[in-house]
Amino acid sequence: MFRRHTEARRPALTIRIDGVATEAREGDSIAAAMLAAGHLIARKTPVSGAPRAPYCLMGVCFECLVTVDGVGNRQGCMVLVRDGMRIETQQGKREYGA
Amino acid sequence: MNASADLRERYDVAVVGAGPAGLAAAGLCARAGLATVLLDEQAAPGGQVYRSVTASPLGTNTVLGPDYWRGAALAREALASDLHYVPGANVWGLLREGEIAVSLGSRSRLLQATRIILATGAMERPFPIPGWTLPGVMSAGGAQILLKSSGLIPQGRTVLAGCGPLLWLLAWQYLNADVRLDAVLDTAPRANWRNALRHAASFALSPYLIKGLRLILAVRREAQVIGNVAELEAQGSESVEAVVYRTSRGEERRLPVDMLILHQGVVPNANLALSAGVTHCWSDAQLCFLPVLDAFGSSNVPGLSIAGDGAGIAGAEAAEARGRLAAVAAIRAIKPQLVLAAEEKAARASLRRFERGRAFLDVLFRPPPRFRLPRGETLVCRCEEVSASEVLDAVALDCPGPNQMKAFLRCGMGPCQGRLCGLTVTEMMAQARGVSPQEIGYYRLRPPVKPVTLAELAGLPTTEAAVKAVARE
Repeated sequence: MFRRHTEARRPALTIRIDGVATEAREGDSIAAAMLAAGHLIARKTPVSGAPRAPYCLMGVCFECLVTVDGVGNRQGCMVLVRDGMRIETQQGKREYGA
Repeated sequence: MNASADLRERYDVAVVGAGPAGLAAAGLCARAGLATVLLDEQAAPGGQVYRSVTASPLGTNTVLGPDYWRGAALAREALASDLHYVPGANVWGLLREGEIAVSLGSRSRLLQATRIILATGAMERPFPIPGWTLPGVMSAGGAQILLKSSGLIPQGRTVLAGCGPLLWLLAWQYLNADVRLDAVLDTAPRANWRNALRHAASFALSPYLIKGLRLILAVRREAQVIGNVAELEAQGSESVEAVVYRTSRGEERRLPVDMLILHQGVVPNANLALSAGVTHCWSDAQLCFLPVLDAFGSSNVPGLSIAGDGAGIAGAEAAEARGRLAAVAAIRAIKPQLVLAAEEKAARASLRRFERGRAFLDVLFRPPPRFRLPRGETLVCRCEEVSASEVLDAVALDCPGPNQMKAFLRCGMGPCQGRLCGLTVTEMMAQARGVSPQEIGYYRLRPPVKPVTLAELAGLPTTEAAVKAVARE
């Protein structure tokens, strides 16, 4: 999928994606950090449950919507990672009480 | 340059977007002594073309090319002036004359500006082929942003498909980064070359001629380029597994892929301008709606102008020139004693130089109807998962336009607010009804043009008039 160019060195930090500690780099957007970590699928759609991944990376397509530190439907490509950030992928439409 | 915390309530000029147009406009306004705020939704200046140019992990290496790095000087120069640069600022609406609603760090506030310059740039044209929603299918602009801002390059089997300068630029940058490209599938019809020839004389004088030719030849030397691709389909279940293509000569092939990167040109990122009531007209040359502007970029909305690719696709250097022209008009409106004749003359000369031959590029990279007018089960609206056949069925039921279609199908009503389906729906309806896209029109857009939470809206400062409007005696 994606790897980092050998010249792209920036300090590492740790985020949690669906509870799993994952390495990211300073300056990464959440979407970039997920792709670099091999986490291709960002969400499943509320309409049919189809898997989706970041598409435009510039805040236009809304495919990379994730839950960030408990706040749902944040654009993963528009939010930079912070050490300790908790990211949850969104699985289809939200159910009552979920 | 100031910190974002001490945002004022009122400015002479507010510029939205810190790409080439916004940087040039804001820098010139600030140097003329106007209280200027530059609002940008990214964390670092540059827009998309110079994305992360002051913060890229690729340093100054040769992967991205010299045209990218020239953006660094532009950003430095603009931000060295006495302007208020606010990164991470999400402008979600122009509410009434001169009032800007902006979300900053999960809090919204309202600013006033005498003049507003929108420099919201371009976004990629939708590329609705079967399977374009599969994970592993990405736009070239998106892939290039990953390269610029995080130094990410694809691994595994990678195919680029489509047409337009950005596709060739990305291919060239990937080859510089030693990325192996399995194929470049060129969807520009051969007839485009013939049609473009009548604009060749002006393009011969374009600064883009030599650069463009070098780029395309370099890619052709190192990668397998397949021309005349007339059909494309991405296949896979959980993610993309193969791309199937057919050429206009009828050759069909299936290439196994891990990444399929699509691109067929860029169009104005117009949601904010449209929501503010800026008149737009269909451009047959650029196959999109363009704002109706005067020679300084001023629109029909008082005090509101548009600079850069949002005013029509012309590239980074032209965007910079248009930014300066919009700034000249704003400065003259506020400080009539400043004439700025030399600045205007220089900006117009630069604009002429970089607009030269644009018609050639528009024709050469004009995406063919097959890739703009999807059929059958191909998804048009990615958010609400509305297919081409459903759109055409609604037209057959006499649904008159894109806004009425929302009631039939929810098409265009998902989180992207029509950005990824608007032009497709307009063109499909126009073709099905045998009228021009101008007659069909576009989605009616309203603020907020980006999602904001109810808490943010509720937290906005309330005026006495607003309280009276809802309070009972």
